[in-house]
Formats: sequence, structure tokens, C-alpha cells
Amino acid sequence: MPVLEKDGAQIWRRHTLREKLVRWFGWLLGLLVFAICWQIISQSTTWFFVWDAPRIANDIWTRATPPRWEYITQLGRPIWDTLNIATLGTIIALFLAVPVAFLAARNTTPSALFIRPVALLIIVSTRSINSLIWALLLIAIIGPGVFAGVIAIAIRSIGFCAKLLYEAIEEIDHAQVEAITATGASRWQVMAYGIVPQIMPAFAGVAVFRWDINIRESTVLGLVGAGGIGLQLSSSLNVLAWPQVSLILLVILAAVVLSEWVSAKVRGAII
Amino acid sequence: MSHRELDDMLGTKWRKPHFVTNPALRLSLIVGFIAYLIAAFMTIEVDWGRVYEGLDRGWQFVLAFTKPDFVSRASDIWEGLLESIVMTVAASVVGILISIPIGLGAARNIAPLPVYVICRGIVAISRALQEIIVAILLVAIFGFGPLAGFLTLSFATIGFLSKLLAEDIESMDKVQAEAIKASGAKWMQWINYGVQPQVMPRLVGLSIYRVDINFRESAILGLVGAGGIGATLNTAFDRYEYDTAAAILILIIGIVMALEYLSGVIRARVQ
Repeated sequence: MPVLEKDGAQIWRRHTLREKLVRWFGWLLGLLVFAICWQIISQSTTWFFVWDAPRIANDIWTRATPPRWEYITQLGRPIWDTLNIATLGTIIALFLAVPVAFLAARNTTPSALFIRPVALLIIVSTRSINSLIWALLLIAIIGPGVFAGVIAIAIRSIGFCAKLLYEAIEEIDHAQVEAITATGASRWQVMAYGIVPQIMPAFAGVAVFRWDINIRESTVLGLVGAGGIGLQLSSSLNVLAWPQVSLILLVILAAVVLSEWVSAKVRGAII
Repeated sequence: MSHRELDDMLGTKWRKPHFVTNPALRLSLIVGFIAYLIAAFMTIEVDWGRVYEGLDRGWQFVLAFTKPDFVSRASDIWEGLLESIVMTVAASVVGILISIPIGLGAARNIAPLPVYVICRGIVAISRALQEIIVAILLVAIFGFGPLAGFLTLSFATIGFLSKLLAEDIESMDKVQAEAIKASGAKWMQWINYGVQPQVMPRLVGLSIYRVDINFRESAILGLVGAGGIGATLNTAFDRYEYDTAAAILILIIGIVMALEYLSGVIRARVQ
């Protein structure tokens, strides 16, 4: 324990001198990096606009309120599209994520040396690219529309679902699997009766959780042209129709809160 | 099944228990789900001809990954990437610093009720708003450039980190905190010696996880003009320069993988 001797009395200290120095230099280094980063940001900022920001914000606020409520009649179809993008995307992703998860889990993979790295690569690469980028790519390939949105959400979700699923598979109770194996079950039967019942709650939880996230993400996919309510948002923004923008934002907020509520209820019922 | 005696069940064939035990609920769930799927598929318009034409371009894009072009747009890529990293670092630092007091305020066992309500309100607003929507608004207010992206990411970090920190503080061990209080510690000392050591490992882990998320998000903020690599990527897609786009995606995936590996190492060390 670091103790300082002073006038014959011992005073407790949290860190030794060496630790203190190391910490001090760590903080200094961190501060330096932050200062450099701030410098770069500040250089590419037009500060005149920033000082003007309160006035602009106030201006936008007065333009955006009150929302144009009658515009909501035109939002029915986009909301339905958004819901479809999220739901169908989640379903497709789950179908694709299950095999990937089984190939990636250490205890079920057929080959830890060759197949597992490939599965992990699929998980990492689909997870680290945002659904907007996937949408951008798919629009360049298959053209704008709801379908591109569905596929973008599906691809983006594979990695997330597969990662959580394979962690659940790796954490299963091995005794049950052994019990099923001891009855003389085949590989598939072991999977169906020994492993699947154990990961079913995790699977349902992941599905609902991801659906909730996908509702959020699909609301903005339209910004790049992949259908849904984001399409209306971007066209309203382009013509600076702020009352419509504020209504759309309110609708998106309501959708997000509602989906979070549904997902919390369902997960509460499962677990 | 639990109500029946074992004797009654002797001789009857074993059936797999259903995931949803209530048969009426199960049936209505299945029927509702199928009805929804049919309705969803009816309303999605897929231009299969366009998709078929696109397959060729999709294949070209896949091929582009085998020969990514880092060179011809090297300066754009480098600038965008640097901006993304700078935004990530600065926003993570500021976001973490702000989210600590808000996290303390949002923990019911530390903060008085008025503070608790205000901090929870901030967390709820920050979590309900999509990063990209916040970015659109901030770009409208502060002008194009990394400052808007930096503010967006900081704002999103606050919601994420404060909520998890508050939950961690709420579930901490009371005994230690009380022991510090009993020694006559002031409020600051109580937080420093009673609360902080308990939540620090998780806070470090979450902060690093958030850095990872911030980098991923910074890659798309450029789509709405908030700085970062997203703008370069968008341009590459628009010009059908798949080899450059592939190079950028490979860089993003590489950095995310490195960050994930790093965060794994650091989290293993602090926990």
C-alpha cells in the first residue's frame, strides 16, 4: 500500500509516485491528442456560421412549428413500407444468421480451422458496415426502392444476430447435449433436441431486439433512396418544407418509442 | 404438463413442448404473422428485370474487392478517414466527459428526484433520436463540416453511456459506499472512493465500445454533409468507382476490427 512518511506519521495515498507520474503523462498525452483533433475540426469549420447558429436554430424552430398535421394522410404508405423493410429484413437476416451462427460457434462448427474464420469474417464485415452504406451500395446495384432497403437491413442484421446467437450457442449447458447424444441421436437430432431448445429464448430475444433496432434504421434508409418514411423526409428537407419535416420527425419518434415498447414487452414475456 | 401426474402420462407418446404454450395465442400469432407476410409481399414492388440487370454490377462490385484501388483517390480517402478518426476521438472524449455527470444524475440511488428526472429526460431524448437525423438538423444549424458530426456523435454518446452507467451505479454494492460515507467522507469523496471503483471497469469497457460505435457511425455522417469518410464513399458509389468504394469499405472494416480487438484486450485487462 502506498504510504507517505511525513513527520514520523504515515499518510495513506491512493497511488505511488511512479503511478502518479505515469497517470499524469497519460492524461497529458490524451489532452494533447484531443487538442490536435479539436484543432483539425476547428480548421474546417466556418465559425461565422457557428456564431450565427442560435439565430438559425430559432428561425428553423419558428418555421417548423406548428407541424403540418394534415400531411399525415400522405404518410400512411411510407410507414407501412418502413415497417415492411424492418420486419422482412429481420426475417431474412435470421434465416441467414442461424447457419452462420452454428458455423461460428466453437462447439458446433464442423471445422474450427477453416470454416469458423470464414463465418467470423461474415459476421464482422456485415456488422461493421452501416445499413445506410449497404443501402447505398444496393441502390447502385439493384436500383432504388423498398426492396433495396429490405436487403440492406437484412445484410446489416446478419452479423449482429449471428454474433449474439453464436455466443448463446457457446454458453449452452453441455450436459443436456450429452444426454441426447447418449440416447443414440444423430448429429441433426442432437441439434434439434439438445441445442435448439436451449438457445430458443436467446433467439427470440435477439429477433425482437434486432427488429426494434431495424425499425429505427429503416426510418432513415429513405435518405439515400431505399424507401420508407425517410424518402418523405429527404424530399421535404430538399424543398425546405419545415412544417412537414417536424411532423415526419414526430412520426419517426412515435414509431421508435412504440417499437421499443413492443420489444421490451415481448422480451419481458420471453425471459 | 406440470399439473399432470407422471402415471397419467405413461404409455402416451412424448411430444415436443411448444414454445408458446397457450394454443389460442399460438394459433393467432401464426395466422396473424402469415397474414402480415402476405400483405407485406403484396405491397412490395420489385422490378425483377432491374434486379437481374443489376446482378452483373453486383458481381463487378464483388470482384472489386479482389483488386481494391487505394491509389487513384488516395488523398480523398486519407482526408475523409482522418476526419472520421478526428471526429470519433473528439466526440468520444467530450461525450464520455459529459455523460459521467449525467449518468450520476440518472442513477436513482445517488441523485435526488428532480435531478434524476432531468437526466433521464436527456438520456431518453438522446436515445430516441437517430444519429443521422440529429446530424441533418445540426448540419442545417451549424453548416457543413466535421463540427456537426462531432456534435452529433457527442450527443449520441451521452445517451448511450449515461444510461448504461446509471444502470451500473443503480446495481452497485451499497455496503462499500456506505462504509465510505460512515468514515465521514464528503459527497465528492464518497463518489470517488465509494462509487467510482465499483463502476470503473465497466465504464472503461463501455467507453471503448462506444469509441468503436462512434467510428462506425462517423462513416455515414458524411452522407448528410457532416464530415468524415461517408462523403468520399458516397461519391465513389455515385461514379460507379467500385474499386475505390471497395478500398474504403476494406479500410472501414479493418479499422473496426482493430478497434474491436483492442477493446477486447483492454476490457479483459480492466475486468
